[in-house]
Amino acid sequence: MNRIAQVFRRLKARGEKALIPFITAGDPDLETSRRLALTLARSGADILELGIPFSDPLADGPTIQAASQRALKAGATFPAVLELAGRLRQDLDLPLVLMGYYNPILQHGLEKTAREAAECGVDGFIIPDLPLEEAEPWRRAAVAHGVAPIFLAAPTSGPERLRRLGRLTRGFLYYVSITGITGARRELPPELAEALRELRRLVSCPVAVGFGISTPEQVAGLAPYVDGVVVGSAIVERVARLQGEALLQEIGDFVAALKAPLRPSGA
Amino acid sequence: MLPDRRGHFGPYGGRFVPETLMPALLELEREYRRIRRDPEFRRELAWYLREYVGRPTPLYFARHLTERLGGPRVYLKREDLSHTGAHKINNTMGQGLLARRMGKKRLIAETGAGQHGVATATVAALLGLECDIYMGTEDIRRQRLNVMRMRLLGARVVPVQSGSCTLKDAMNEAIRDWVTNVRHTYYVIGSVAGPHPYPMLVRDFQAVIGQEARAQILRQTGKLPAVLVACVGGGSNAMGLFHPFRNDPVRFIGVEAAGHGLESGQHSATLVAGSVGVLHGALSYLLQDPWGNIREAHSLAPGLDYPGVGPEHAFFKDSGRAEYVAVTDEEALEGFKLLAQTEGILPALESAHALAYLKRLAPEYGPEDSIIVNLSGRGDKDVEAVADILEKELGGK
Repeated sequence: MNRIAQVFRRLKARGEKALIPFITAGDPDLETSRRLALTLARSGADILELGIPFSDPLADGPTIQAASQRALKAGATFPAVLELAGRLRQDLDLPLVLMGYYNPILQHGLEKTAREAAECGVDGFIIPDLPLEEAEPWRRAAVAHGVAPIFLAAPTSGPERLRRLGRLTRGFLYYVSITGITGARRELPPELAEALRELRRLVSCPVAVGFGISTPEQVAGLAPYVDGVVVGSAIVERVARLQGEALLQEIGDFVAALKAPLRPSGA
Repeated sequence: MLPDRRGHFGPYGGRFVPETLMPALLELEREYRRIRRDPEFRRELAWYLREYVGRPTPLYFARHLTERLGGPRVYLKREDLSHTGAHKINNTMGQGLLARRMGKKRLIAETGAGQHGVATATVAALLGLECDIYMGTEDIRRQRLNVMRMRLLGARVVPVQSGSCTLKDAMNEAIRDWVTNVRHTYYVIGSVAGPHPYPMLVRDFQAVIGQEARAQILRQTGKLPAVLVACVGGGSNAMGLFHPFRNDPVRFIGVEAAGHGLESGQHSATLVAGSVGVLHGALSYLLQDPWGNIREAHSLAPGLDYPGVGPEHAFFKDSGRAEYVAVTDEEALEGFKLLAQTEGILPALESAHALAYLKRLAPEYGPEDSIIVNLSGRGDKDVEAVADILEKELGGK
């Protein structure tokens, strides 16, 4: 069984929810990303999401756009990110998911990407600009190599698409909390809980929610409705602001605080 | 007729967008396919094109330019004479009316040269819609006049300060806005680019150029032209001219911007020197590095300064239906001066690329042949930029 499925099964048995922190690989450099990833894993991450930097990240807000720019400047190409994932796999057992835009993956080759990702120990891919309608070639290549094609679902999707997304996704379904781009929000939409409850009725796969989630309080509020919570910009913003040991310390503390409300009975 | 139901022109096109936008694209396609057949909509659009835009635009026989070139008869399709001074209004008029029918209250658009922004702001003012235009800060600097025009028309110009601060980045930001406000906002894409159904829809609205030109040339010369020539950035004026001739034995030439020269790497010649990939929602040719990151384009003509191109052009290139060539900034300036001096018309720097190519093309044809060049816009907006360069040249001599 895929590592992602194992994690959700194990957590479910304990009444626990998954924390899925995101960092942009190579921001500010690949070695810092490696150390950050190890810190995240030690501090309570259940699944790690690594962003593949791209020149034109049109689903991302200013925080992750800036991280992408820093990473590209530091030379973090897609092959370099795969290599980083391979190195992390030597030290870590938790699932590694790459999040990246379609063009770099297309240029690398769909089949080659799926094969190399599997060899590096990558468990899944989230491709924000690859909707169902265009995803079939990638989905087939990924599934053939045991890599999960993880689809995104949105507040605009509607019941019919949500059902299809739930059937075709692997690992989990990534529900986008807001009609919008990534980036920390002080408040999440009031209809989100109801939307997640409705989604649950439509799909049987694990559901993780992301976009805009930046505080332990928000995580606590969403925990009852989902199997996992993704936090990205709030972490990336700290990566931009801090350095060295202070950065690792802060990220470790922050991630531990985000994870706390996801443990059984919020302990 | 292409595209197919999934929005593909052969392998090109498609819908590579976030899931949030997929339902909006499906709705837009459904509505467009329904509305375009509605006689009431067609009458309405035809009325606005005639009474407000000033169509049909003339197909002008450029006698002095013809004499100077000493070969084929050159005809200019005078899109520069339409309201707002470029072909862009054909598309924004159509999309504006479509948006109103769909009950959308707000238009957004990206713009490079500012021509599409002005054309969108114009239609928004006319139809009483709210309007935000995304524009790179570099383009805002280069095209102050158009920025002022948009503001006077009541639009908000949103400066985009990311990447190269030009058209590509403005389009990223417009897409981000659309993802966020998709429920009540209509995104007016300015070229035959972007996700399906835009390449089809923009082509259909721009096809009025070729439909008129075809009837006009037959009336004036009694036969089809030998060649159609148009500049290609995203490719909307070229596609608008070409498409109605697609089943005729007529040669199509799209002229891209070679900028400082193809070998310099500073150009916008996507079809001539680019490779296949996905940008802004469609598979097409684009300028990219070996790892699939988008490279910055360069052209003296801000409307050509874009690292992608419409997917139907990619299809025309591969199938051989159209040929694509590139001319440099320097050649385009020569084309600009050539038309100004022979015919008393200042062309947009974009259109000047198409004119510049005539020097290379004319020797292949004789006086019995005619060539139609799409004069996609007027050059008033470029006078400052051209003056700067010419003064520097003169100063250096």
